[in-house]
Amino acid sequence: MSNALKIELGRRYRFSASHRLHSPHLSAEENCRVFGKCNNPFGHGHNYVLEVSMSGDVDPATGMIANLADLDAFVERQVLEEFDHKSLNEDVSAFREKVPTTENLCMEIFQRLKSFPKAKLERIRVQETANNSFEYAGDNVEGKQR
Amino acid sequence: MILLTRKIEFAASHVYHNPNLSPEENRRIFGKCNNPHGHGHNYTLEVTVEGQPDPVTGMVLDLKELKEILEREIMQRMDHRHLNYEVAELAGQIPTCENIARIIWQLLEPKITQGRLHHVRLYESPDLFADCYRNGASAAGKA
Repeated sequence: MSNALKIELGRRYRFSASHRLHSPHLSAEENCRVFGKCNNPFGHGHNYVLEVSMSGDVDPATGMIANLADLDAFVERQVLEEFDHKSLNEDVSAFREKVPTTENLCMEIFQRLKSFPKAKLERIRVQETANNSFEYAGDNVEGKQR
Repeated sequence: MILLTRKIEFAASHVYHNPNLSPEENRRIFGKCNNPHGHGHNYTLEVTVEGQPDPVTGMVLDLKELKEILEREIMQRMDHRHLNYEVAELAGQIPTCENIARIIWQLLEPKITQGRLHHVRLYESPDLFADCYRNGASAAGKA
């Protein structure tokens, strides 16, 4: 019966960062039309919530898919150190060329977390505000289906 | 298909300790969760049932019945209990979120006969939880 079940470990992290939605490929007017007030020149910020879901076998000796201390240290090193209290546009090299929408943020964070050695990254969810959130599962099957 | 979710909360204590490991290993692996007298949490459980609404009642299952199943199977068993010493299904296991979620699935799955159990999510705190679902299904889309 247990083999028919899938267990995931879910962990939430928080970071605060600023961003500005602006594309160099669009004119000033188009940027303003497409991105609205998110295009205001000096940017603005959010309290982001990052939800990470990991799957794997539950180790009978520990009852765990992965030790939280290992996961926390990995997420801190791979994401939070570089993102928290930073400007996504200025401080994260990936967003020099890409607009730091939460869609792109999801894909960037997924890339940074998928090498966690102790469990399989299933998906991430990034909540930009209490009213909007985005999920990304990379090449996992459910990601293809959605 | 409709997914219907009911949420309950229970408070329980636990301790992480594996008697096959040395005190030092227990400490290293489990940290303060290994403190000998245990500690507790307010757990939040979300139970999702899938099914087609009955054409007469418009319901996948009677929420009252789901509430009674959760009261009987989960609340009476786990609320204000010590998970290591008072929940037989967890005997010999470390009562992590992962293991408790699986036990909850195994307790509820045979009891839900209208519709079928789709997903169990157990929060130990707002920032830590485990999901349990049938292999091949998906845990995506839960906020």
